[in-house]
Amino acid sequence: MFAFILSRILQALPVMFTVALISFAMFAYVGDPVAIMLGQDYTQAQRDALVAELGLDQPFWVQFATFVVNAAQGEFGLSYRLSRPVAELIAERAPATLELAFTAAGIALLVGVPMGVYTGLYRNSWLSRFFLTFSLVGVSLPTFLIGILLILVFAVWLGWLPSFGRGDTVRIGFWTTGFLTVSGLKALILPAITLGLFQLTLIMRLVRAEMLEVLRTDYIKFARARGLPNRVVHFGHALKNTLVPVITMVGLQLGAIIAFAIVTETVFQWPGMGLLFIQSVGAADIPVMSAYLLLIALVFVTINLIVDLLYYAVDPRLRIGRGKGGH
Amino acid sequence: MSNAAPLLQVRNLRVEFPTRRGTLVALDDVSFEIAPGEVLGVVGESGAGKSMTGAAIIGLLEPPGRIAGGQILLDGRRIDNLRYEEMRRIRGKEIGAIFQDPLTTLNPLYTVGRQLAETMTTHLPIGPAEARRRAIEWLELVGIPAAAQRIDSYPHEFSGGMRQRVVIALALCAEPRLIVADEPTTALDVSIQAQVIALLKRLAREKGTAMMLVTHDMGVIAETADRVAVMYAGRIVEIGPVREVVKHANHPYSAGLMASIPPLDRRVERLAQIDGAMPRLSAIPEGCAYNPRCPQVFEKCRRQRPELMDAATTRAACWLFDTETDRE
Repeated sequence: MFAFILSRILQALPVMFTVALISFAMFAYVGDPVAIMLGQDYTQAQRDALVAELGLDQPFWVQFATFVVNAAQGEFGLSYRLSRPVAELIAERAPATLELAFTAAGIALLVGVPMGVYTGLYRNSWLSRFFLTFSLVGVSLPTFLIGILLILVFAVWLGWLPSFGRGDTVRIGFWTTGFLTVSGLKALILPAITLGLFQLTLIMRLVRAEMLEVLRTDYIKFARARGLPNRVVHFGHALKNTLVPVITMVGLQLGAIIAFAIVTETVFQWPGMGLLFIQSVGAADIPVMSAYLLLIALVFVTINLIVDLLYYAVDPRLRIGRGKGGH
Repeated sequence: MSNAAPLLQVRNLRVEFPTRRGTLVALDDVSFEIAPGEVLGVVGESGAGKSMTGAAIIGLLEPPGRIAGGQILLDGRRIDNLRYEEMRRIRGKEIGAIFQDPLTTLNPLYTVGRQLAETMTTHLPIGPAEARRRAIEWLELVGIPAAAQRIDSYPHEFSGGMRQRVVIALALCAEPRLIVADEPTTALDVSIQAQVIALLKRLAREKGTAMMLVTHDMGVIAETADRVAVMYAGRIVEIGPVREVVKHANHPYSAGLMASIPPLDRRVERLAQIDGAMPRLSAIPEGCAYNPRCPQVFEKCRRQRPELMDAATTRAACWLFDTETDRE
């Protein structure tokens, strides 16, 4: 078990290294940070001093090594736009994005899985047909349109929920949370639905397809022939056998939700990392962009590790090297 | 035939499959009985309706298949018209089932101990600890070595033959009075087949369990069954004591089927074979379904369908045995 985790972490290292190289190359070759930081009027002496201070007079590999060492310690330099440490900016914004992403993923799972099971079991009921039609809408409508429609209905027409922002937040240590205030929770609803809707319909369709597949298997027929109650057959035997592909997809989608919350955050002016990233792109704020890139790579690598561990937990056939004697 | 009150009675069972092109009749007018502790072998070609009969008895016909007529009685109580939940309580508890392929019948994600225990706690008034103790007992009973250790193994950690032993334990663990075994040895190696059949036979006898043994293996039938039903195109064409059907089959189809078993005691130039193929369900001929292939066919066979009638030591659905029929 420990060896397995260790080997996965070792495999993740080259990935992180490659991403670091790309983001550093971006740092080094896109635009001229010195020109951005100095503004329009400067002397050559001022320029040389800043170049020396930033270490830009060093050879490429030395600069890269410094970048990697700093990045490993969470040190990404100063934002050009805001003149504040990038790490601090991201730490400030991360809770908003993570709370939004996990709420969206939670909604997608808690609603999508039961809907998938239902539509798999009762293929021809009118409710299943309705769910499937609805899922087509979820898959095909672009996120920003869903967001704008939700704002129109629930914020403008009905006035039930706020149309932008995060509401009041509570600070717990370094973490600011919107879960503990009414306005924070209300502000979370629309963006979370917007962000989670696509994943919800995807999960529903995947679970449905897998359920249809599993329900045809002999072991489900045999479970029925053993007289097990339907609840046990459907949710114990059948659903568990659909989990491996579902876990794979939910894992990838969770990474995607965190990484690409940008559109939703823009529509709802959600003060998260996505919004920070968009604003940084506009200002060519390369330290923020490269740090964001590395962070997202780390998120994907971490989620993949967790997904692998979950496979291991769900499917005993994948537990290699745990031999219990032959046949 | 046994004189005890029958455990299972199947009366004029008719199973239909509605399709876009009209209704297919998969089983037509199937009637038989099984006495307590008796083993009834059911033989026939693929598609003759053997497995379908078993599925109808345990109430698990694949939709859109449905029972369109007749009755199934267990201990005199009708079970073909029960609601799903009522029938569920009978499945496993009163009627156990064994399927063909042990590699796919066990849920790969649960230990065999858990699958045994959940079956027992569903049907018997026992707790988890007692269920686990009995699960080990059952594994020992079906001949799994080191049962106490293997109980927490997953199905993929067992070989095919061992898995079928686990399936047998699962089918028997709630002590049903009837087992529907659908080709229980077909997917196994020949060397394992004999062991599994011997085990099934021994357990059925020890527990007094009756069995409907669906197979196309005549060797298994000859060795295990008390009586045999021969099916053809969704009907029973002959039923009788195993010795009589195997040695002196009366219906021309059963006779052909038995003649196609290679004899062990002498070499034959050519095995006997039945020309042609069984008709599709959508194209069953008028009269006797076997008439296009029958070597002894005569005019009446093409017009009118025979019911089961007394034919020496068995009952056969063939006009040859109708005393009132003029064969010209």
